[in-house]
Order: sequence, then C-alpha cells, then structure tokens
Amino acid sequence: MKNIWTICRKELKSYFASPIAYLLIAFFALIFGFGFFTATRDFVRFGFMSEMQGMNRPMDVNEQVIRPLLGFASTVALFLIPLITMRLFAEEKKTGTIELLMTSPVRDWEIILGKWLGALLLYGCVLATSAINIALLFAFGKPDWKPILVGYLGLILQGGTLLAIGAFISTLTKNQIIAGGVTFFVCLLLWLLSWFTAFGNTGSTQVVNYLSIVTHFEGFAKGVIDTRDVIYYLSMIFFGLFITARSMESLRWRA
Amino acid sequence: MIKVQGLTKRYARTVAVDNISFEVEKGQIVGFLGPNGAGKTTTMRVLTCFLPPTTGTASVAGFDVLENPHEVKKRIGYLPETPPLYPEMEVTEYLTFVGKLKGINGGDIHRRVAEVTERCAISDVRTKLIGKLSKGYRQRVGLAQAIIHNPDVLVLDEPTAGLDPKQIIETRELIKHLAGDHTIILSTHILPEVEHSCQRVVIINQGKLVATDSVENLTNRLRGSESIALEVAPSDGPLDETVVRQRLEQVSGVSRVLSRESRDGRLAFEVESLSGHHIRADLARAVVNAGWNLNELHAVGLSLEEIFLQLTATENKGAAAQA
Repeated sequence: MKNIWTICRKELKSYFASPIAYLLIAFFALIFGFGFFTATRDFVRFGFMSEMQGMNRPMDVNEQVIRPLLGFASTVALFLIPLITMRLFAEEKKTGTIELLMTSPVRDWEIILGKWLGALLLYGCVLATSAINIALLFAFGKPDWKPILVGYLGLILQGGTLLAIGAFISTLTKNQIIAGGVTFFVCLLLWLLSWFTAFGNTGSTQVVNYLSIVTHFEGFAKGVIDTRDVIYYLSMIFFGLFITARSMESLRWRA
Repeated sequence: MIKVQGLTKRYARTVAVDNISFEVEKGQIVGFLGPNGAGKTTTMRVLTCFLPPTTGTASVAGFDVLENPHEVKKRIGYLPETPPLYPEMEVTEYLTFVGKLKGINGGDIHRRVAEVTERCAISDVRTKLIGKLSKGYRQRVGLAQAIIHNPDVLVLDEPTAGLDPKQIIETRELIKHLAGDHTIILSTHILPEVEHSCQRVVIINQGKLVATDSVENLTNRLRGSESIALEVAPSDGPLDETVVRQRLEQVSGVSRVLSRESRDGRLAFEVESLSGHHIRADLARAVVNAGWNLNELHAVGLSLEEIFLQLTATENKGAAAQA
C-alpha cells in the first residue's frame, strides 16, 4: 500500500512540475466557465421570458443548468484524458526509468495503481475548477446538492475508466505523442459509439450501446446511482488496469 | 552469493545469452567483460529480475530470480548503462523516492539519503534539478540510488562510462570501498579498470561464456611462456646492439628477442621464453658475465587487453570455422 502512495505522489509531483497540469486546469476552467456562462444566461433569459409571457412554470436549476453542464464537462474531459495519460508509461519507457521501477521490490500492480491514482487525482483537480462555478449557483438559488454530488461521482467513474484505458495505451509505445493520439481516437470512438447506437434496436447495437462510456453517465447526471452503471464502470476500470498489467508484464519479454 | 547456471535468453530469432554459468562469492568484485552485444547487459537484466530467463537458473543470495523475484530485488542495487533518473526531480527528492521504493522505512530515509549523498560526493548538487546536472554528477546520483538501501549485491553496467579521468578514479575508489560489504558485478569495456578493481573476470562473447577466472590465473593460463623486460647499460664503452642481442639469444630457453626503445645509450629488450622455460636468472647472469650493467629486469604480464583480444579472437575464429 505504501508503494502505491509513493508512486502516486511522485506522479502528481511530476505533473505539477511541468506545465501540463496547469495548462489542463486552465483550459478546462476556461471552457467550462464559458459553458457555465452560456447555460446560466440562457436559464435566466428563459426565466424572464416565461415570466413576461405569464407562464409560471417552476424552473429547476438542477435540471436545466446543472445536468447539461455535467454532461458538457464529461465531454470536455473526454478529450483531456489523453493529455493526462500519455506520459504515464511512455515517458518511463523512453528514459529507461521503467527499468528502475521494475527492478525495485515493488509489484507491477502497485506501480499501475499508483500511476492511475495519480492521474485520477489530477483529473479530480481539473474537475474541481468546475465545482467553483457550480458553487456560485448556491449563492443565488437553492439547487439540490445531492444530485450534483452524484453527478461528480459519475464523472470520476467515467474518468477513471478512460484513464485506465489511456494508461494501457501508454504502455504500448515509447512515444508520448503516439500514446496521446491513439488514446484520443479511442476516446472519440467511444464517445461517438454512444451517439450512433442510442436508438438501436438490433442486438449488436444494444451491446455496443451498453459498452459505451457515455450512456452509463446519464444516470449519474440525473442524480441517480444505478448499481448497473456503477458495476459497469468498476468492471471497466478493472479491465483497463488488468490489460495494463498484462502489457507491463509483456515488456519483460520484449525488452 | 550469485549463482548462474545454464542461463539462456532467447528473443524471437536471436540468442542473446547462451548457456552461461558462473558463480560469485560474497564480497567479491567481478568484472564482466565482453565486446558490445556480447550479452552483458542482458545477463545483468536477468539477475536484476527485469527479464526472465528462457532456460537455466539464476539466483541471488539463495533466492531464485523466477521464483522469488521480490526477495532478489530487495537485495540488489542496479545501475543500468543509462542511469534511471527523472529530470524534473531534485537530487534529494529523487533519492528519497528511490529509497522508499526500495523499502527503507520512513524514519531512516532521510538519514540514508544524507549518507549516500555524502558518500557519492553529490552534496553540492543536493537541491539541483537532475535535468540540469552534468554527466559526471548524473552517474554519481545513479550510483547513489544503487547503494541507498545497502543491498547485498551491486550490479553496475558501465559505471564509469563518459566520465573524465578524475571522476573515473574517484568512482573506482568508491567501488573498491564498497566491496567487502557488498558483492559487486560490474561490466565494462575499460580493461585497465577490471585489472585494477576486480578480483575475478567473466568474459563473454556473442552470448557465450569464454572464460571465468581470477585475473592472475587467466594471465598464467594464457601465457605458457614468460615475457621479460630487460634494460642493459654500458659499463665501459658504448654498447653494440647486435652484440648484446646475440648474447641474449644464446641464453637457453629464449625463443626470441625484441628490441624496445633505447634511451641514453641504454638498450631495452623484451625477451620471450619458450613455453615452460624460466629464463630470468640465466638472462641476468648472461648480462653481468658479459661485463655489462643490468639496469632493469622484470616480468611483463599479459595485459588483460591482450587476453581479451586473444580470447575473443579465438572465439571468432572458432565461430567462423563452424559457420
């Protein structure tokens, strides 16, 4: 356990020692901020318009602002993940430090968990900037905090899955750019799959839809913790880390 | 301490290491010699549990590398050819990280880091970023990370590569100090280094073991004959080289006399004996009885370089003959 934490700390320090962490946080904060601005502005406008027209429908901040924002955050995050995971293993392979890790009395899965955890914590820091915006809503209204928390849980689970897959891709090459690029395409593919198969009726589209990362997030966005979704994410995370472990093992045979 | 038996490592088509066996006793320094691509680094990687062997066994301190790699890794300090450094970390930060990885407890870690920093002479750059260090300092930080957990065995792959002469001497001294407490395997191209630092030598060529013995024994084994360096000085009147040479050639057991550089009227020769003959006493007597002054007389050992070239040359010839 100690080893996992040692590696996680080192990974975080490395992230924050380079511009990458700050760029990601700033970039995300900017984009999310813009999305937040647009969403709240439209919400307020709509509110005024409906009042002027005499419609007094109850307006739900949660439903109309926060849920789409969380969905928006999850999509943006999808494209940030490759930037986080690309250097996880590729850099170590390139500089030879992977040899240090693999000849120290640390088990392979400890290395993988430590790195993945470091990536997840960075991802958490990036998401945290969005929380600042959402917190503002509490100053001006009375949104329900429980669905928001559930939404963030969903974001973290979804992020964790993609980070695990990104970690695996990072073990395949020494070149960070290639790792990042391939991870990006995989994330894109997974995202698109949900679009294309959302309304499928045939068996195969249903399967593909189930596998899609994004579909399982919808429950969390609504504030619903569906155990099916949780199981899906946890098994995908486990699967991702498992193939990363196998890939690491195969490094010993390829050298 | 280290036992390698029948070790073979195969990649798809190439055999990197072919049936190598050797043993290293506790506290010894063993030099691993071989041309590039001979399989030194691969053997070291098997010993440090980075690569698994294809066939054969390797064990460190009684623990097998396949069955108990965790225990082996605890007891080995490894410095690969390129030191495994993180350029974005500071020296102390890096050493603390490695120390923790190697299992040093929280309480001891700072003390150990301070100790190895002192020992490897990197105190000056303690707070510097590794990425900004010169090659010499990087090598020393690499050595520091190898010894930080006080391992039983040190595996050093070309520890003095790229260092300037002063640094090379310092590193060699450090390695010599470490022996005794630690068992050391070091691989190198620099043959004088092996002669100076190592008690035993393992010579590898093209994946196969060529020779393993103490430096002394190897020299004796290869040289059935003696080689004597001799300097003759004039006592009355200048020396005539042909006369001196003839006199030396007449000594029984001499196979040939080679001239060496002469200085200030003194003549220098290298006299090779026939196999099995000891000619030193006879040579001395010959010179003195002829009325000349014997200035210098000593045995010239076969340098490790010559041994190395001879052994690897015969191997190559053998391989060529088979092919």
